[in-house]
Parts: sequence; structure tokens; C-alpha cells
Amino acid sequence: MKAMGRLLPTPTLSLVLLVVWLLLVRSIAPGQLILGAFLAVVIPQLTKGFWDPMPRVRHPLKLVRFVLVVLYDIVKANIQVSLLILSPKREPHPGFIEYPLQVKEPLTITLLANTVTMTPGTVSTNVRLDRSSLLIHVLDMEDEQALVREIHERYERPLKEIFEC
Amino acid sequence: MTFTLLAEGVVAFLLVAGGVFAFTGSLGMLQLKDFFMRLHGPTKGTTLGIGCILIASMLYFTVTQREFHVQELLITLFLFITAPVTGHMLAKTGLHMHLRFITGTRGSLPELRDEDVGQSRVARPAKARHPWRTRRKSLQMKSRQKPRLPR
Repeated sequence: MKAMGRLLPTPTLSLVLLVVWLLLVRSIAPGQLILGAFLAVVIPQLTKGFWDPMPRVRHPLKLVRFVLVVLYDIVKANIQVSLLILSPKREPHPGFIEYPLQVKEPLTITLLANTVTMTPGTVSTNVRLDRSSLLIHVLDMEDEQALVREIHERYERPLKEIFEC
Repeated sequence: MTFTLLAEGVVAFLLVAGGVFAFTGSLGMLQLKDFFMRLHGPTKGTTLGIGCILIASMLYFTVTQREFHVQELLITLFLFITAPVTGHMLAKTGLHMHLRFITGTRGSLPELRDEDVGQSRVARPAKARHPWRTRRKSLQMKSRQKPRLPR
């Protein structure tokens, strides 16, 4: 087990690499499987120094649910932003908000920032170095407090439940 | 037969929808008023646009060649990883360079604290010189004296 741990420091990354390789070459011939396995072992070894310790996924089902919610929101965000761009009369009210972060792990913050960028009318612009807050630019802001609450309810709390306890 | 027809319809619809979304995303670059607002078009509009087109491609090749084509998922994966990061870096650079934003901007002032930028503010880099064409000096002066912030 220990030797296994040394060979594959990040098993999930190795699995993803193998799958990506097989998709790239579009075959599951034995030769490609061996080459993919080789890459899945070597690449994590070479990049070991760059990785922060990964938090464990505690609730895989909640992760699936989170991904589905985000996909739905991406579609919604696109329609909203497209309508906003296409309607010439309606002037959007842009704004910045300082979103207080409750999650502290680097990976969780990254995921949250990425999610915020992908979803309705918000782009993350800056993470404070002390990881206390996230600066977000909003394309069309009506109510600052409501938006902060929505981001917290919809994205941050599930992420916190998935990765931290 | 009817199945192929149905699949064709879905593929056509996805292609048109993808085109429309990608187009509006790009149109946002023209329509919106300042740098930070313009970021919203490419980070979102194009993502769904390309997503639609990739799903259409997957469906089309799966139906016509009767085998699974899933390597388009890779493009989606890479796009979903890279697009938000690029958007974030662009926005952050915008803050560093004190790009102007329109006056109606609401909410808290987007100020970078000292610990975000290190010891000193990042200076606006000098205008890149063209390798052989030289600019007239007066023009250069004029562009440098432009007011930076409408605040």
C-alpha cells in the first residue's frame, strides 16, 4: 500500500490522465493502454512538487449534483447575457462586490472562483492574498446583498460540504 | 430513417444555437461599455456556443459512423478549465493597470490592497516599439498625457 502511495501520489489525477490519453488517441489497444498507464505514472511524479495536498471528496453524490446545477446555470447565464447584449434599450448596471470567503482551501477557492466566472453575469477579478474575500465584477447588479447570499447558498455551501467537513 | 431525420434536426438546431451564442458573445465586445463588462461576453457567450457545436459534432459522428465519438468532451474539458482562468487573469490585469470603468458602476470600490500587489504598484508598461517604424514624438506625448481615471 505504501509503495502504491509512492508510485501514485495522486490516484485521481493518474486516472484522469489515462482517460484523457485514451480519448486523445481514440483507441483502447493494449499498446495505448500501456503507454497511457506509463504517462499516468510519470506525469504525476514529475509534477509532484507543484501540487498542494488535495482535499478528499467527501460526498461524491453532492459533487454530481453541484456539477449539474452549474451546467444549468451556465445555460441560464448565457441566455441572460445574450439577451442583455442584444437588447439595445436596456442599460446594464455594472458593479463590483467584495464577496467574503468562508472556504479556505486553495482548491475550493479556485473552484468557487471558476464557477463564479462561468455563471450568471459575474466574473471573479481578484482573490485577496489572505484568502479572506473574492472581488467580483457583476454585469447587471440589482441588489448586492441578495447576490452575495445567492452565491453563498448556491455554490459556496455545496463546495464546502463536498471538500471540507 | 426517422431516427436519422430526428438526429439531423437536433444537430442542425444545436449548430444554429451555438452560432447564435458565439455571435452574441462576440457582439458583446462591441456593445458593452468598459473593459470589465466586455469580459463577460467571451467568458460566457462563447463557452455555451462552442459547447453546443461540440455536442452537435459528437451526435453527428456518432449517428453517421455508428460508433461512439467522445473526444469532443476533451475540448469541452480544456475549455471549461482555461476560459475562467483567462477571464480572471485579464480582469486582475485590468485592476492592476487602473483601467477605467463607466461612471455608473455600483458597489464597493475595486481597490487593490498593498498586500495584493507587493511593495509597489505595477507600472503601466511602456508602449511597445514597432521594430522598424518609428512614431513621431508629439504623438507619443499626447497618448501618455491622457487622463487615466474618470473617478
